[in-house]
Formats: sequence, structure tokens, C-alpha cells
Amino acid sequence: MTEKDLLRFTTTGSVDDGKSTLIGRLLYETKCVPLDQYDAIKKTSQKRGSGSVDLALLLDGLAAEREQGITIDVAYRYFETQKRKFIIADTPGHEQYTRNMVTGASTADLAIVLIDARNGVLIQSKRHGFLNSLLQIPKMLIAVNKMDLVGYSQEAFNQIVADYTDFAGKLDIDDITFIPVSALKGDNVTKKSEKMDWYKGPTLLELLEKTYVTANRNLIDFRFPVQNVIRPNLNFRGFAGKITSGSIKVGEEIIALPSQKQSKVKEIVTYDGNLEEAFSPMSVVLTLENEIDISRGDMIVRKNNLPSVGNIFDAIICWMDDTKVLNPKTAYFLKQTTNNTTAFVEEVYHKIDVNTLHRVKAPKVGLNEIAKIKVKTTAPLFFDSYKENKGTGSFILIDPLTYNTVAGGIIKKIRNTDVIEKPAYIPSEKEIGIVQKYTNLDPSMIQKMLIELNL
Amino acid sequence: MAYNITHLKQLESESIHIMREVVAEFKKPVMLYSVGKDSSVMLRLAQKAFFPDKIPFPLMHIDTGYKFPEMYEFRDEFVKTIEAELIIEKNKEWFGKSHPLKFGTDKCCRLLKTQGLLGALEKHGFDAAFGGARREEEKSRAKERIFSVRDHFGQWNPKVQKPELWNLYNCRINEGETVRVFPLSNWTEFDIWNYIKLEEIPIVPIYYAKKRKVVNRKGVLIPADYEHAIIQENEEITEEWCRFRSLGCIPCTGAIKSKATTLNEIIEEVRYAERSERENRVIDLNSDSAMEDKKREGYF
Repeated sequence: MTEKDLLRFTTTGSVDDGKSTLIGRLLYETKCVPLDQYDAIKKTSQKRGSGSVDLALLLDGLAAEREQGITIDVAYRYFETQKRKFIIADTPGHEQYTRNMVTGASTADLAIVLIDARNGVLIQSKRHGFLNSLLQIPKMLIAVNKMDLVGYSQEAFNQIVADYTDFAGKLDIDDITFIPVSALKGDNVTKKSEKMDWYKGPTLLELLEKTYVTANRNLIDFRFPVQNVIRPNLNFRGFAGKITSGSIKVGEEIIALPSQKQSKVKEIVTYDGNLEEAFSPMSVVLTLENEIDISRGDMIVRKNNLPSVGNIFDAIICWMDDTKVLNPKTAYFLKQTTNNTTAFVEEVYHKIDVNTLHRVKAPKVGLNEIAKIKVKTTAPLFFDSYKENKGTGSFILIDPLTYNTVAGGIIKKIRNTDVIEKPAYIPSEKEIGIVQKYTNLDPSMIQKMLIELNL
Repeated sequence: MAYNITHLKQLESESIHIMREVVAEFKKPVMLYSVGKDSSVMLRLAQKAFFPDKIPFPLMHIDTGYKFPEMYEFRDEFVKTIEAELIIEKNKEWFGKSHPLKFGTDKCCRLLKTQGLLGALEKHGFDAAFGGARREEEKSRAKERIFSVRDHFGQWNPKVQKPELWNLYNCRINEGETVRVFPLSNWTEFDIWNYIKLEEIPIVPIYYAKKRKVVNRKGVLIPADYEHAIIQENEEITEEWCRFRSLGCIPCTGAIKSKATTLNEIIEEVRYAERSERENRVIDLNSDSAMEDKKREGYF
């Protein structure tokens, strides 16, 4: 029963697309709504003269939201089935809440975008798709909702599929699935619809249960940003961190950045006993064969698989501060992995209109705007492009006076490299052994070949 | 090798990461220890986060004087076994004087818990305080950040929360501000119990069901066997199989009908629970936004 995995997803829809009703139904039909809460919303529904129970009321949050009947902030919801635990980042879809959508999307493995079947593909549905693509969510489900209000018409559904597919060609998401639902009536949410024989696909819940979650993880490039140094006594010196990506084994050769000192992994320590191998997203403590100087903000990586190292790069940011616009003269604090440094925005190349995806030349970047910029940091960062590695390719900017988080950013491309000498590659015995098994060549010849291949 | 870990291990790793960030970036953190099941889980996570070192911050219990005797007993025994410093603080001005019958539950809570906490944070100069609250527990908590900044008066302003992206936590606070950090934000009650079982974490025995003397007040079972229990003269005391689903102060905590005497039985009961976790907490039921109002005033 405890052997479940975890899927984080985000939901976006425009006002009145029925997003709250859909989430309410998911929670209710997976039996994650306690009876007393259900009774409470039943009473409220009756008081408002509604014939049926309004499941959307389950999601009412802050007092201000109840007064205005809208969602202001990101809310996190939880439900589970026999197969999986789900965390929903429920975000409002209006343009002025772009920052909340970006926040919700930043941790999601999957995105549900709601489209009202009566309205077809509107500009906001495209905006939601664009933001999901920008944040590199690997899978998007388009829930075409309110099918009951278009007579469960296959033509209406197909039209939306055709229109959105056409638009989605511009996006960087390959995996898009369309599903016709009625959140209000419960069609194709957790139960197969009896009204839409023409739809042969799975229900929304089945899709959520089946989606392959590791698609969102980089299991190749080992990146270990050091959080703390653990020193209980003179005989133990360990480096605590959460493995951002990749995996590591005891005995593997590593290099520490920025010092470029080399060593081997001696132990992978946890409270539950030492491990032979650890991988993302585990939190562990590493000890090394020799004593090298490593502190918070440094990164431990494999000798033959280095991240970019540099202090000038291109990035796309979403501005999130409602009190100030982006100021190129300000020295912002920048946090990336466990690294805190100072950053200047050297250039604003252009803004991106979230509705049309067009580039817009404009000097000022304000709340909820997306812009491509050039960033310069005072100390070099160790990073990968966001597309390759979300954990090392993302950062936040903090205002030096207010300490507000003013922007979230994703790294596109390095602009300069701090010359980092690649350490000399020496093939391991294991590598030589493998080649020998297949070729029967002389080991010294194999060694030469491997070195040449790696240069 | 399948590079997958279970959802509980993922939650564990996330919580450990949060604790390590706090220890690295704040000057003087403290862990608020309420003796309940969530505190017990949080404590185990802290042991894991800094192993093989000791927990690098003290625990602090804000005592109201009205906790169950089993809780005090458990606290004093348990803390000895984990090598952590325990600070016990109270609002001296009102301790032993405030009572829900005298002031109402809202005011009593404000005096003994909220004021007690704020005074203690200031007295010790703590800038970050871990709390065991979970977003699933209550609707205003669903919208609170993992790092929740509070002003000089400990107040939460839901409208000026900093966005929280990826797992990049902004640990900078202004002079006079403090931060509440909730490492269990993404855990559910069901996760907590499964983890307690998996990790064999000790808990206060009154979480288990047994026959207790209670007064059945509109479905809430008010424990009658304790010194601080509030029982009216005309109320009938009966014996019922029941357990405490969440723990608070005796006058404001009811029991629920249950026969769950083992962890497995509790887990089954929680999975198919028909009532909310905090339904037995009299303080939350006062109004539709009771918790939101309390948090705005500086409550946890």
C-alpha cells in the first residue's frame, strides 16, 4: 500500500472553464473528500438555490477569494488512488496571474489545460500551452470540458483537436493528449462516459495514473550541489545535498567545482545505512577518498561529465514583482541550485507576448511579463540549459532592498566560458575490459583508442 | 536498476532538502515541537537530514498548561532519546489564568499559543521556526508557502506572499521579520501514518483507541477523565471506544469514535475517513475563516 509513486501536475483554465469543478470531482470520486466537508458544500449549494452539489466549492480558499468568487493564488491539492499519490498545483488562468501559472508549472510533471467546448480554442488556451512549453512540462492533457453543453458532439471535439494541434506545432511539447469531458456530469473524469461512444480513449484519471513520471527527470548527468558540510567529529567530513540529476556509485571518480579538485566517492551515507548507489531525487551525504576543500554552493560532478561554467548567459524570465519593474542598474541577488550570487541584467533582448508568442521590443519588463535577457553574475555558476536539466538550469532573482522574489528564470545558452581545463581522461579498467571482450585487441591499443575518442 | 523511489521517500527527500536549506541560510533556526504525530515525523526527518551529526537546532514547545498528561510524559521521555535540546516556553503573564470558559476559545488561543510563540521567538532571537503544518489540513494552509514570511508581529499576509518556484527557496528576510518553514507541506495525514509505520516512529499513546469516559456533545466526544475537561453539570458521561485523531489542549480537543488499536487499523481508518482531520478541534470550527484569521494574527 505504501509502494506508490508521485505525480505532480498543474491545472490551468480560464474563468468559468470549470477547472474547480473538475478538480473537485477528481477529489470527490477518488474518495479524498471527507463527508463533513461534502455536507458543508451541499448546504451552501442548497442555500444558493442550486439543484446539485457544486463540487467547485471544495476549492474555496482565502476569504478574499470567496468574496470575489475567483482564485488569486496557487493552491496545492492532494489526492491518491491505489496506484499513485497526486499533488495538484491549482493555478488561476487569467493573464494577470501569469506568475502563478509559472510557479505552478515549475514543479509539474504534467499539465492539464481546460478548454470550454462551447468556445473552442481561445487565446488564453494558447497562452497556457505556451507557458507549459516554456517551463518544459513533458506532457500536456487538453481536457475539452462542458461536452454536455454541446450535445457531446464529436465534431465540436474534433474541431478543437484540429485547431489546437495546429497551434501546438509552435510549442516545444511533443506529448499532447486530448480528452472530451464533462466535469459537471462526470463524463470521462474517473468514469467512462456513456454519452460519448465515439471516444475510445482512457478517462482522465486513467491517463493521470498511467503517465510515465521519469520522463521529467534527467538520469544521465550527475549534479550534486552541496547544501551543507556535515562535521560531527574530526574523523568525518561529509557533503549533504539532494541529487539534482543523474546517479552516483561508491568508488566513482568525481570533480568538485569550482576548485576542480578530483577525488573518488568513498561512502554514500544516510540515516538508514550506507548505499552503494544513489540517484535523483534522493537526499544523501557523500564522503570522499581524500580531503578536499568543498563548501556550500560548490557542485560535485563526474569527471567526464561537466556542466557549463560561466558568468554570462542568456535566459528567459518571468517578472513577478508588482511593486517595481526590471531595472538593469540593480544588482539583484540570484539563487541557482545552492548558489547565492549577485547578478546584473545586461540586456533585454525582447519581450514575448504570451498571447501571440510574438517578440516585442520594449524597454520595460513589468509584472507577469516574459522577456529574454542577458545576465551577468559576479561569480561563475555551474549550470546546464534548462531544456537539458531543470534543476541546474533554473534560478530566481531577489530584490536587494525588499528581498522579494522578483523573477523566475530559465537558462537558455551560455555566453562565455570560464576556461575550465577538462581533466585528462584516463580509461578505466572496466571500460578497457568491455572493449576487449568484444574486440580482443591489446589493452594498450584500446587505451589509446578510448583517449582519442574522448578528446 | 530501476531509478524510482516511492512517494514517501520523495516526500522525505524534499523535507530533508528544506531543512538543510534553512540551516545553511538562517542565523538561528528552531523547531516547534508540539508533541503530536506531525512533530514526531518532523523530528525524524531532522535526524535524517543531518546524520551522522546531531540535530543542529533546538526544539521548542509552547506550553499552554492544558495539554494531556500523556503528552507531557511522552515529550520528556522521547526527547531524552534523540539528543536534542528542548526549550519549554509559555506566556507567563497568562499561563494558568487564561481559560476558554473565561475568554472563549479564540482569545484563549491568542493569549496562550500565539502570544506565547511570538514572545518566545523574540526572547531567543530565532529567525526561522519549523512547523509541522500540512497544506491538506485546512483550506487557508493550501495557499501558504513552504517558507512563510511573518512580519514583526508574526502576522501572515496572504496577499504578499513570495512566489515559490522549483525548489529554490528565497531565504532572505528583512530586519524584524521571521519565517515559518513547513517541511511537511506536501504530506497528507495518510502519508504521515504510513511513514510512522514504515519508520517505527514513537507516538503519544492516546492516538490509539480504547474505552474512555466521554461526553457526547453533538458528535464530538469530549474527554471527561481529565482535570481540565469542561463538563457541564447536566451532561451525561458515558464510556465509548474512541481515539484522538489530532492533539491539542484538553478543553478544546475531542475524541472520535474508533476501535483502531494498531497502526494498521489507524491507516485503514484514515484512508477511508469520512470526516476531516481537524473536525474534533473546537478552535477551527468557530467561523468559516477561523484558521485564516488566526494565521493573520501570528498563529502557526
